[in-house]
Amino acid sequence: MIPVEVTRRGLLGAVGAGLGAGLLAGGAAGAATATAIAGRGAGAAGDPAAAVAFHGAHQAGIVTPAQDRLHFASFDLMPTADRADVIALLQAWSAAAARMTQGLDVSETGAVGGPPLAPPEDTGEALGLPPSNLTITFGFGPGLFADADGVDRYGLAARRPAALQPLPSFAFDLLEAPISGGDLAIQACANDPQVAVHAIRNLTRIAFGTAMLRWAQLGFGRTSSTSTGQQTPRNLFGYKDGTANIMAEDAGALAEHVWVAAGDDPAADWLAGGAYLVTRRIAMTIENWDRLPLAEQDDIVGRDKRDGAPLSGGGEFTTPDFDVRRTDGAAAIPATSHLRLAHEHTSGTRILRRGYNYVDGANALGQLDAGLFFMSYQRSPEQFIAVQRSLATDAMNEYIRHQSSALFAVPPGARGDGDWVGSTLFA
Amino acid sequence: MRHPVIAATVGAAATALLLAGCVPNATADGASTTVVAVESTETACTVTPASVPSGPVTFRVTNAGERVTEFYVLKDDGLSIVAEVENVAPGAERDLTVVGQPGDYFTVCKPGMIGDGIGTTPFTITGEAVSVGADEEAAAAEAVAAYTAYVKSQAAELVPRVQAFVDAYVAGDDDTARGLFASARVPYERIEPTADAFGELDPAIDYRKPGAEAEGIEFTGFHRIEMDLWLDAARANYPDEDLQPLDQAGREAVGNRLVDDVQALYDAVHAADFSLTLSNITNGAIGLLDEISAPDGKLPGEENEFAHTDLSDFLANIEGAQVAFESVRAIAASRSAEGEALVAELDERFADMVALLHTYGSFESGFVAYDTVTQAERNVLGAQLNALSEPLSTLTHAVLGVEPAA
Repeated sequence: MIPVEVTRRGLLGAVGAGLGAGLLAGGAAGAATATAIAGRGAGAAGDPAAAVAFHGAHQAGIVTPAQDRLHFASFDLMPTADRADVIALLQAWSAAAARMTQGLDVSETGAVGGPPLAPPEDTGEALGLPPSNLTITFGFGPGLFADADGVDRYGLAARRPAALQPLPSFAFDLLEAPISGGDLAIQACANDPQVAVHAIRNLTRIAFGTAMLRWAQLGFGRTSSTSTGQQTPRNLFGYKDGTANIMAEDAGALAEHVWVAAGDDPAADWLAGGAYLVTRRIAMTIENWDRLPLAEQDDIVGRDKRDGAPLSGGGEFTTPDFDVRRTDGAAAIPATSHLRLAHEHTSGTRILRRGYNYVDGANALGQLDAGLFFMSYQRSPEQFIAVQRSLATDAMNEYIRHQSSALFAVPPGARGDGDWVGSTLFA
Repeated sequence: MRHPVIAATVGAAATALLLAGCVPNATADGASTTVVAVESTETACTVTPASVPSGPVTFRVTNAGERVTEFYVLKDDGLSIVAEVENVAPGAERDLTVVGQPGDYFTVCKPGMIGDGIGTTPFTITGEAVSVGADEEAAAAEAVAAYTAYVKSQAAELVPRVQAFVDAYVAGDDDTARGLFASARVPYERIEPTADAFGELDPAIDYRKPGAEAEGIEFTGFHRIEMDLWLDAARANYPDEDLQPLDQAGREAVGNRLVDDVQALYDAVHAADFSLTLSNITNGAIGLLDEISAPDGKLPGEENEFAHTDLSDFLANIEGAQVAFESVRAIAASRSAEGEALVAELDERFADMVALLHTYGSFESGFVAYDTVTQAERNVLGAQLNALSEPLSTLTHAVLGVEPAA
């Protein structure tokens, strides 16, 4: 696995505050401090094969240092499913997730311990693989509270978070309904793709009869850092992304920008300790991008491709200075650059990004079917909406299309073996 | 682990459980036997009385017709055979004795031993459930006998339906032939895994064009005629091929070949050495569902790629699987608490699946063309099929992998 470069930020000693968040690239100097480095989380900053605890006040997979691989799945509840079926599914999912995240088979008899005439309960492809930092994170879509016709199928309408509404449409949206939305979602992240796939495959199987797979997405090459112990990765445009993300070590920023607090929405206090998850499949017109001159690429991103430094100067973690001008008088970080528009300086807010690159082969036109599967966690969907609206004039828009969109309420974590994700909602 | 292999033994006086709720260590010995008179003629099948108390029941079948006849007792689904007697010669009398459990049934005769049968009549057994012996082998033999009888009955239905379909086709009455295509396939689709077991028969009867070509065998059977009857659709699907209609000699050749092949299937399942096992039944059930979801199956709409009658095949496959399940349900339910729960779950899943399919039509009124079913609707059909297939895949274990309760 990739050794974690813990020294860079520490040596640079960069200190930033009030940092922006870009969707594809961007942000400013890291929030890293010597204190934060000393207190960095387990996982990617530790043993990449180790287990991450499933139980806790918050679900794992949000501030867990971003793993290398993603398998995300969105489900629709079956027309025949009732409230008891949904509860039974969520309980079974939590029980299975608690096992698989610890590197165990999905059940006690598992892949090879069952009777010879019955299909194995575990599908078996993760036999012998370590836990690989697997996290399994569950989310609830608007459809859990009211279906497309507004019917409250499970008696949950009164507990629906007011903010859990379909996202507004944005400029350059080219959304496809079959790969958008969903009643339930599972984010499985791991440092081994087979471990993540195994998790989604088995959880999908458990759901047969209650929920059906609606769409899914594989991702690789995390495009964000969520811990100060991680290197900043590059997206498929070749740029460093996530430099200014909200980090696991920044408890203040997490409380302010990520975790839903009790009282945020009195009708939906079951969500306290959770967050809202936005997913967007953002296709990149790779071929067009690759034909752009380097200087123009830099101007669109607002960063230097080589080291990720803002065009106002310095290094990757230098705070961008939006007032710096070039000799010709133009802004060093152009007004239409992704960095400027995504930054808190312009958007006025922050989000915790956790996206992944994807390449799904080629499209029918012989073009690379590639892009970013963007995911962000935030205390309110309004934060994402503010950032996305700020990006309306982004020069990068010419090279991307948003193909799928989804919003999920991500409940707090299961507190222990007797608890399950979603228990606060159905209590 | 046991591997019971029990041959079907359907005798003149087969003893079958009607709704077997196997209660261990109890018998029906000593109970008096109720005699029911059955008269089979060319046009009627009278059963007297129409209601009897639970316990041993002897159906005394008299053939007052001109052809060899059969008599069936069916479950209330009208499909699952709980007992049958075959080969009753004109003028002959035969007894069929069963342990009658309370419930609603149908009786039907089949003079000529071909077709759907005549005189389908409700039959009721009242009173308390009767304890029956926990004899493992007897239970297995009865399950196998019931399912074997079903396979034979479907083969018997298949022959005249295919004949009518081919007759219309060869006569050039294409509209009638197109209208009969789906229903001619129904009995075949209900028992397809059995036909699969006879090597050459399934490829000849039911291969699709790409399958036949891939294996280098002559393209014959249902789908060859389908291609000729829906030639415009076939040309659209294979635009690079110069597909031409068959001439009269060509029609007769493929028509007669299909008639001969389904007759060969009928003969094979009625042969003296034809036998099935419990695992044939349980694995055949899941095999039927796999036929639906396969990449060249009904769910993707590839099975009947020109006629788009896939939903009819879909329901026929489901019904065949349901009858297989019904044949072994008593065994599964009696072996373990898990088996009992499985049976309850499968009841619910089969009902949900059939109900969903019936929103698209029925055998009687026809189904909507599958090319009008949207992807989103197909996804729900697939999800409902998964919901059924997943528990059904554990039926073999519940029947054969669990020791009988003491």
